Amino acid sequence: MIVAISIGAVNVPLGDVWGVVLHHVTGAGTAPSDPALDQIVWNFRTPRVVLAALVGAGLAVTGAVLQTVVSNPLADPIVLGFSYGATLGAVLVITLGGGAVLAGLGVSAAAFLGAVAAGALVFALGQRRGRLAPVRLVLAGVAIGYVFLSATSFVQLRATPTELRTVMFWMLGSVAGAKWDQIPTVTVVVLVTTTLLALFGRRLNVLLAGDESATALGVDVNRLRAVLLVLSALLTGTVIAVAGSIGFVGLMIPHLVRLTTGADHRRLLPLTALLGALYLVLVDLLSRTVNRPNELPLGILTALLGAPFFLWLLRRNKGLD
Amino acid sequence: MKLVVDRLHVTLDRTPVLRGVTLEARKGDIVGLVGPNGSGKSTLLRTVYRSLRPADGAVRVGDDDVWELPPRAAARRTAAVLQDAGGSTAGLTVAEIVALGRAPHHGLLGRDGPADHAAVSDAIDRCGVRPFADRDYASLSGGERQRVLLARALAQEPGLLVLDELTNHLDIRARFELLDLIRATGVTTLAVLHDLDLAARLCDHLVVLSEGTVAAAGPVLEVLTPDLLAAVFGVSAGTERHADGVIRITYAAHPLAHGLAHGWSGQHDEDRPGRALG
Repeated sequence: MIVAISIGAVNVPLGDVWGVVLHHVTGAGTAPSDPALDQIVWNFRTPRVVLAALVGAGLAVTGAVLQTVVSNPLADPIVLGFSYGATLGAVLVITLGGGAVLAGLGVSAAAFLGAVAAGALVFALGQRRGRLAPVRLVLAGVAIGYVFLSATSFVQLRATPTELRTVMFWMLGSVAGAKWDQIPTVTVVVLVTTTLLALFGRRLNVLLAGDESATALGVDVNRLRAVLLVLSALLTGTVIAVAGSIGFVGLMIPHLVRLTTGADHRRLLPLTALLGALYLVLVDLLSRTVNRPNELPLGILTALLGAPFFLWLLRRNKGLD
Repeated sequence: MKLVVDRLHVTLDRTPVLRGVTLEARKGDIVGLVGPNGSGKSTLLRTVYRSLRPADGAVRVGDDDVWELPPRAAARRTAAVLQDAGGSTAGLTVAEIVALGRAPHHGLLGRDGPADHAAVSDAIDRCGVRPFADRDYASLSGGERQRVLLARALAQEPGLLVLDELTNHLDIRARFELLDLIRATGVTTLAVLHDLDLAARLCDHLVVLSEGTVAAAGPVLEVLTPDLLAAVFGVSAGTERHADGVIRITYAAHPLAHGLAHGWSGQHDEDRPGRALG
């Protein structure tokens, strides 16, 4: 992370970065002599790297949990409609500006509400007689996602070119706007939900055995699915709200970890969080260096970078035959 | 543990599936549940492992109604090996699947202790799955998979074992090995079996279900009479104990003629061309 903080439009020596971060975190040492350097390292780069790590961890963990909850390897926040819900919320605020019903609601808040609304809809429409059947959940998520997507497209038709550019940037995701005042909330949500989800690790393993077998192993399958869906929607809503809709991470990082270290969730979830965090920090680093001083949205690089490696791993793995 | 099913009624989609079923397995008994397709065997099992709530009546394991126990407490008494464990367990190793059997013994904060490791290790040895304990479940043969699931059930340290068609799709040797394993556990067992020969070989007692009621119950030879086999299964057959002690059922070449057997006659009308020619 220190390396990631040091590199950017202006490169800062690693030692100086360490000095600045140490000074702010522990109060030790002396304040850096150059206020511009302090500004770049502490006010721009550090929150950005921290946010990238949190968002990467949150997306990856949600993906891992959802894939098991709906017993579908393709599941992620996008397939279940959460991301489209967030997008609609964000796009509404961006295009309607301050003038409309949503006045006073920031882009982030609207995106969060959109994601949670999508989660609530999937939850409500995916059940029948109190049973949350996996296939019905996935299909409900996909259908709800499409509805949000068409609403988003309709809103975009009426947007100005400037608004459209903002919308496009938001949809491809970025942590460029990271500020310190966002960090505490996001940190708390990501840490708390991830810890809670990890506590369900053993029960997630049991869910892999099939619903009837899981019931016979003492797991209340419907209640477990409900709790996990709620936590997932909160977690995704929070990270998408601050970083936009970033694809690939939620889908692929869990599979990467599964393919290399197995599917036991008590190991899978912490490792997925870690790898997701590292991956997004790396992608963000590249996004602001490959085309200096311009920046690329994260969504362009996440898949471009990860997909080839993922496909290589997929071909090497014998367990999938 | 003792199992008592007491005047059980179950309704699915407003259709009565079980209509006053009563049966009992004493501690250590192996009771076979047999009957034609749709007679209610799997439904009865679901009420026992607490997946389907009966409309009336009770299932008691030990001395408690399983539907009045919390789910995990019920799962510490009853372990089930079912048909739904499929490809989705891909990614878990054999040892990890056996360890799922410890889930009922832990709350959210519970971590594996020495007792858990011992129970898992013991179950792995008893079912002979040690040689492939580190392999991916998806890479195993059908017989190996069933042994793994049985090991998972034993790791639960249950007082009652519920088995649904454990030997389906297995070759004859794998079937016999599995039956020996079950007998060796000494755990009270309720097993649904389609194959009457296997049921006769494994079980102390049989309960025959027909259209949601008990058609017969008792020791194997007393239950599988030609009359019952004709009335419930629609086949003409005889049962006898051979000199080696094995009970064998000999079936006539054809199902019973039209009209004699209920539940069979409807699907085999005389207008089926193949039958007219034969």
